[in-house]
Amino acid sequence: MIPFVTERGQVALLDQNNVDTDAILPKQFMKSIKRSGFGQFAFDEWRYLDAGELGMDCSKRPLNPDFEPNQQKYQGASILVTRANFGCGSSREHAPWALLEYGFRTIIAESFAEIFRGNCLKNGILTVTLDKSIIDQIFVEARSASHYYVCVDLESGTVSLPDGVSIPFKIEPNVQEKLLNGWDDIELTLKHAEKIRTFEASRWQQLPWLAP
Amino acid sequence: MPTTLYDKLWDSHVIAQGECGECLLYIDRHLINEVTSPQAFDGLREAKRQPWSRGSIIATADHNTPTSHWERGIEDPMAREQVEVLDQNIRESGALAYFPFKGADQGIVHVVGPELGATQPGMTIVCGDSHTSTHGAFAALAFGIGTSDVEHVLATQTLVMQKSKNLAVVINGDLHDGVYAKDLALAIICQIGTAGATGYAIEFMGKTISQLSMEGRMTLCNMAIEAGARTGLVAVDDVTVDYLKGRRFSPPTEQWETAVEYWQTLRSDDSAHFDRTVHIDAKHIKPMVTWGTSPEMVVGIQGKVPNPAQEQDLVKRSGLERALRYMALTPGTPMRDIKIDKVFIGSCTNARIEDLRIVAKLVEGKQVASSITQALIVPGSGAVRRQAQAEGLDLIFTAAGFEWREPGCSMCLGMNDDRLSPGERCASTSNRNFEGRQGMGGRSHLMSPAMAAAAALSGYLTDITEASQ
Repeated sequence: MIPFVTERGQVALLDQNNVDTDAILPKQFMKSIKRSGFGQFAFDEWRYLDAGELGMDCSKRPLNPDFEPNQQKYQGASILVTRANFGCGSSREHAPWALLEYGFRTIIAESFAEIFRGNCLKNGILTVTLDKSIIDQIFVEARSASHYYVCVDLESGTVSLPDGVSIPFKIEPNVQEKLLNGWDDIELTLKHAEKIRTFEASRWQQLPWLAP
Repeated sequence: MPTTLYDKLWDSHVIAQGECGECLLYIDRHLINEVTSPQAFDGLREAKRQPWSRGSIIATADHNTPTSHWERGIEDPMAREQVEVLDQNIRESGALAYFPFKGADQGIVHVVGPELGATQPGMTIVCGDSHTSTHGAFAALAFGIGTSDVEHVLATQTLVMQKSKNLAVVINGDLHDGVYAKDLALAIICQIGTAGATGYAIEFMGKTISQLSMEGRMTLCNMAIEAGARTGLVAVDDVTVDYLKGRRFSPPTEQWETAVEYWQTLRSDDSAHFDRTVHIDAKHIKPMVTWGTSPEMVVGIQGKVPNPAQEQDLVKRSGLERALRYMALTPGTPMRDIKIDKVFIGSCTNARIEDLRIVAKLVEGKQVASSITQALIVPGSGAVRRQAQAEGLDLIFTAAGFEWREPGCSMCLGMNDDRLSPGERCASTSNRNFEGRQGMGGRSHLMSPAMAAAAALSGYLTDITEASQ
């Protein structure tokens, strides 16, 4: 996993509650057996005016002018700001893969669906939960500015807005540490291999019908 | 100290705990499908790691597999590759059981697991699919995971997780005729919303739940994720034990009594503390139908399409307006005036034998409305299909004008050939009505199998409680 320390970047706005993973990456793109190649299809059915399929050259596809992140000023954005319950629905990790490849390292929202948030963190995408009032403020300010840059500092757990105001956010210390260091979960867990074996043996002894 | 069912399941699987409360949790059963596993197996190979426990794995192809013309194989080359890669990965890694495409027991993983007794009380069960919550009906701690976690379980037989809070959904009273577990699920989501249970494990309890069959309980737990909960649970009782007796992977005869004795401890203790409790009176629940593009956009069949102007929150109002535009509906329209193009009866929510029996009873001797362009009935597994045929249900369906298909996920998510075209409106027994879920531009209305059957016969959303009188 790529470590996450700070991200100073342009914001893109997605002004909707309950954005589901089917919308983030529609099912036809999940047929790929790779982890990459999804970024150009992120939000496909909202982002483009035509129907998308794997293998298409998206550079020639007609963009939907009503999809706010398509606006010129949001191009190159690395921070997505959105609303409540972002990433609800399917557990497909293809959704965070698509967002990461699109260019987002941080997603700021009022709240996140649980599985989606976990999948983001596993891929080095920082999920930041802020109060609705702050999100409202970002929407108003970003829409009226020609560019709107925000700085997210994981070490201090703060989001700094262009006016210099610094807003703290909560993150579990163990998650923070993993992201800052880019640690591999599996490698960390395998340090407990002996404990796992002991637990497993004891479990199968107590509940023998579970032993394979 | 009195303990909840969720706490019992959690505590019995904790191997180690970190300073911040994160736990290393042991995983008993790993269900694998073709969509979310290829990259996980690749990751294992790249790191030169072996699967920790082949004996925990149950695998089947379900999302991509066609439900008709099996003799042609899988015509979509990318879908075919995904299924072939699963074949290859399971050949290399091994598994307790694998049900390949066209195999006698192939089907939707959340239907296959329980009917084979591979889902058992007290287990932790994971799958790269959010509807893994289905298996919680057996008092198993079951939840969906992403591909990185699929790889983590393959490599270590564990997951690193934070414990959820406890939410009791207590349902008492008798359900009216024509009201089913699906209506219960939609009524709960209507009350608490699609994020209402985020951060919680739901335990469904009360007299109404104890009266549900295992199929009904699976439907309810399946939809827990649509309320935001990773996990839905029902305590063990005689219904659970009777269901599991004699199934292929159930405990053998010599261990059966010991297993049952343990299973019977898997219930919340009296006066166990829940962080939150929601009470629902079953007698107030009517047949439910979604009108919008989220499971929380739902009303009783006697209701009307809501008016966004009544919503004060601007973001919520905009969401309601967007849903109405997508669904091509007008505020104030009675739900029973909505005309349907297609009907889909299937999915991991409602494709079990009980669901099909309910449908058969309603459609026997009747005809699908001429305005319906397609009415699909897709059994959840090979075993369900064989059972339905042994009972003659397939003949009832085909005589009424339904297509009787091979098992698979089918039109639930349209990754295979079964999907809606833009603008088509579908009465669906699946679990999600998101934009484009069943096909780009398709419009999905979620409901019970009985309600979908009634819609097929009339061509409109129909109140089953009136239709069956």
